[in-house]
Amino acid sequence: MKTNGNDDGKTNGSGGAGAGEIDFEVKVGFARMLQGGVIMDVTTAEEARIAEDAGAVAVMALERVPADIRKEGGVARMASVDRIVSIQETVSIPTMAKVRIGHFQEAQVLEELKVDFIDESEVLTPADSEHHIDKHLFRAPFVCGARNLGEALRRIAEGAALIRTKGEAGTGDVSEAVRHLRLIRAEMGALKAAPREEVLAHAKRLAAPYDLVLGVWQEGRLPVPNFAAGGVATPADAALVMSLGAESVFVGSGIFKSEDPARTGAAIVKATARYAEPGILVEACRETGGAMKGMAVEQVPPEAQLQTRGW
Amino acid sequence: MSLPVVGVLALQGASAAHLAAFASLGVDAREVRSREQLTGLTHLVMPGGESTTIHHLLELFDLRREIVRRHRAGELAIFGTCSGAILLGGDDGEPPPRLGLLDAVLERNAYGRQVDSFTRVVRLEALDAELRCVFIRAPKVREVGPGARVLARDGDEAILISGPGLLAATFHPELTDDSLLHTYFLRPELWNAVAPVFSVG
Repeated sequence: MKTNGNDDGKTNGSGGAGAGEIDFEVKVGFARMLQGGVIMDVTTAEEARIAEDAGAVAVMALERVPADIRKEGGVARMASVDRIVSIQETVSIPTMAKVRIGHFQEAQVLEELKVDFIDESEVLTPADSEHHIDKHLFRAPFVCGARNLGEALRRIAEGAALIRTKGEAGTGDVSEAVRHLRLIRAEMGALKAAPREEVLAHAKRLAAPYDLVLGVWQEGRLPVPNFAAGGVATPADAALVMSLGAESVFVGSGIFKSEDPARTGAAIVKATARYAEPGILVEACRETGGAMKGMAVEQVPPEAQLQTRGW
Repeated sequence: MSLPVVGVLALQGASAAHLAAFASLGVDAREVRSREQLTGLTHLVMPGGESTTIHHLLELFDLRREIVRRHRAGELAIFGTCSGAILLGGDDGEPPPRLGLLDAVLERNAYGRQVDSFTRVVRLEALDAELRCVFIRAPKVREVGPGARVLARDGDEAILISGPGLLAATFHPELTDDSLLHTYFLRPELWNAVAPVFSVG
């Protein structure tokens, strides 16, 4: 085994983690345990408590929610250790946290803290303009954003155990998450419909490893779950992305930038669990505590888009 | 003996993997998200997921009481895996509140956090078989009362237990290709020895 960044024969993930082989199946299995749930961005222990009480399957510990990162600017980094630990100590549900793209040292900090899932996220300021983290070297599982099938498979090739759409975080506009879900579905459909001799050409066009592309051609699905993220703000948004094939929902600014986070969180959990039932959705919409105002994606200048980070 | 009618609780968690396991056995299991969908079921799987969330949703959609009632009436066998097993057991003073059906107490996340999750091949004595068992933020069985029976251990830890009309695993048989325990669950005569009055299946 090698580490990210050097070649001295040690693994990254030895830290506080248990002994034994790093097992990809255990990572993907954990991602499956989160299916049908809502993962909520939180910045304090108090918010984490509200999220857990609202029925969140996990919390994502952040220094600032995406809407504030967008507004305030500056370099967005991994949350402080104290913040992460206070959130871990407050809730019994899994704690996730974000690292900058390519920042394997931030990832080692999170693994040492026994953070349950690491999000190598475009919401933070990228640390490496060319390379993502070699996630195979970590015992902690990683989730990564993707806008299309090729990007999803590249991240899986690097060791991601869970994919989420990028959407356009911090806007409260769900349209980019919808675009990414539909595109991934359409690309898988085109691949499945192709004869086997065309799979290599697909791999070339997708810029993804042939074996993973062949796996999608054979199985008709990604080898890891695919969740929705980026702009989900209401129960109806959550139901929409679930109906389009997302297996769970990340909600960032949508809960703690709403007028009543406890009510909004609970309503989104309710809508996600039974997304296909309009009667339940009506109840969830009624129970929502005033959605975040947000901004339409058209108002976001190209240089301020977060989804174009990563490759 | 009538054919089993199998449901998988699908409010949150790894229900899809359980449904796929039953499908591989040619059993047409259905998703259960509402109280109405419990009607007519003889077998229910409570899957792994986040136990606090599943508890929250069982209360929210008023399934908890109906599951307990149908089980106590001897109409519904239940197989809990991981968080499903936690919920079947008794309260340990920590959230979430449990259903209290199985005469055992399970402690959540007792092996630690996700980095402490693991896979191990274990010999299941009661089944006389080996199974690759996936433990994910798994619980440990802290107490086993006279109404429950340990069917398998991994070292000192009980990992598969049964009670009247109840089967509980601390690991995830739905995550591996071997459907041994799904087959086993559909044959309560193999594991339901504690209370022969229970007549499901």
